[in-house]
Amino acid sequence: MATFFGEVVVAPSRAGLDEEEEAREETPEDREIRREIEKKRFQQRGEIREREIQVLWSCAEESLVCSRFIVAIGRNAAAFLSSFILDSVCWEVIGVVKLWNEWCRTSSSTNVLPTDSFCLFYRLISDPTVLLCQCSCYVAEDQQFQWLEKVFGSMQKKGLQVTILSTCPVADYKTQESTLTLVSPFLKALKTKEFQEQVCCPLLEQPNIVRDLPAA
Amino acid sequence: MFIPCDRGGGSAAPDFKGFTLLMPAVSVGNVGQLAIDLVISTLDMTKVGYFYTDCLVPMVGNNPYATAEENSVELSINAEVYSLPSKKLVVLQIRSPFIKNKYRPFCETLLSWVKSSKCARVVLLSSSHAYQRDDEQLLGTPLRYLLTPDLEKAVGGHMKELNWKEMEKVAAYPGINDTDKVLHIPGGGITKLLFTESCSEGIQMAVLLKFCSEGDNIPDAFVLVNYLNEWLQLIKSEVSTSNNSSDPSSQWKIPSSWRLLFGNGLPPALF
Repeated sequence: MATFFGEVVVAPSRAGLDEEEEAREETPEDREIRREIEKKRFQQRGEIREREIQVLWSCAEESLVCSRFIVAIGRNAAAFLSSFILDSVCWEVIGVVKLWNEWCRTSSSTNVLPTDSFCLFYRLISDPTVLLCQCSCYVAEDQQFQWLEKVFGSMQKKGLQVTILSTCPVADYKTQESTLTLVSPFLKALKTKEFQEQVCCPLLEQPNIVRDLPAA
Repeated sequence: MFIPCDRGGGSAAPDFKGFTLLMPAVSVGNVGQLAIDLVISTLDMTKVGYFYTDCLVPMVGNNPYATAEENSVELSINAEVYSLPSKKLVVLQIRSPFIKNKYRPFCETLLSWVKSSKCARVVLLSSSHAYQRDDEQLLGTPLRYLLTPDLEKAVGGHMKELNWKEMEKVAAYPGINDTDKVLHIPGGGITKLLFTESCSEGIQMAVLLKFCSEGDNIPDAFVLVNYLNEWLQLIKSEVSTSNNSSDPSSQWKIPSSWRLLFGNGLPPALF
């Protein structure tokens, strides 16, 4: 595509195409170089392999029995839980997710500030099958599936009900009127057909969608 | 990879033996995916399952083909399978981009599913960057097709009758050596990979693609789906009595999720 100044640039595609990946085929030498780089990073970091996620539980049980799992994704949702739900009397920290990506890094420390990036798991002391997760860090696309498998893989699901809390900018909401005139903030929900209870707010209409970790 | 929907009553997994699998490549302008949306919406296809895969960016929303309040609340995710047994058609719709380095694993898993479910053939709808056409390709139809050797034997003759144009190969080293020709589908996403793998695995696959650019790709989707219809005859193209030409475009039903593709309404205060 030619721009106004005459130079030719490659237009980015909405389809999210990675032209480089399509064109380049890895030779055995490339593979060897990539393996060596990964090994070096692994040694330097001395921790987890770059894109791998580690879920560390502080409790001794092999798998946690869970009947209710509340996940707050993003800083706003995490702050909501901190302000209105969590306290040190009723809830205990039982786990943490350690990950690294280009946007953030979390540590294995459970003593976090609200401005840190973290992903912590709590358990209700009076009913240990109720779990809560505050995930204020960004989980990259290629790590979302891993997060899912590792977290849900550690649970023994007993009639499990999962509630996911997250936020999106109002400007992203697609509606016939302009978002300028919308009364915000407002709640919308998505539910599976297995969820039979009453939902406290209207359902999310098409063409709006949810993406990233809440979608996963 | 394929998880069937639970339709209740303990029904067995759907049987796709002998079916045609129609699917899109995530490609320039998302034309293949838009065309598939038109097929699913018009033929009112039933969802029979989805792909559980880590190769695509996750997304979820409510039913994109909803026609009324009652059917609008079914969740829909990034890779779902629909079927129409009366036409022996199974359709895969892909709704999000591929995650980096996941093209090949997805293609491999998909092709092994095609083989295990005994689909007769695969039809891939795709597109390619219009600006990469050479001088000859700039003239004439922007539509092209490709057939794997196994399918060439079965339908190659039919394509010639339809007067379709096969996708040209380009020189591997342009300017240096014009004799080595390779298949090059810029902007086609997994098209080339899926096609070359199908050739080597003996799978009957056809690729139907359109040269286009990013922009409002709805007209491109209509052109591509009509092209597909010339061959598969999914809907009848009625001959219009007024000008005696057949224009099947009006018979494709646009899904409700195509609303607001280019943004919300404008704030009145702007004026």
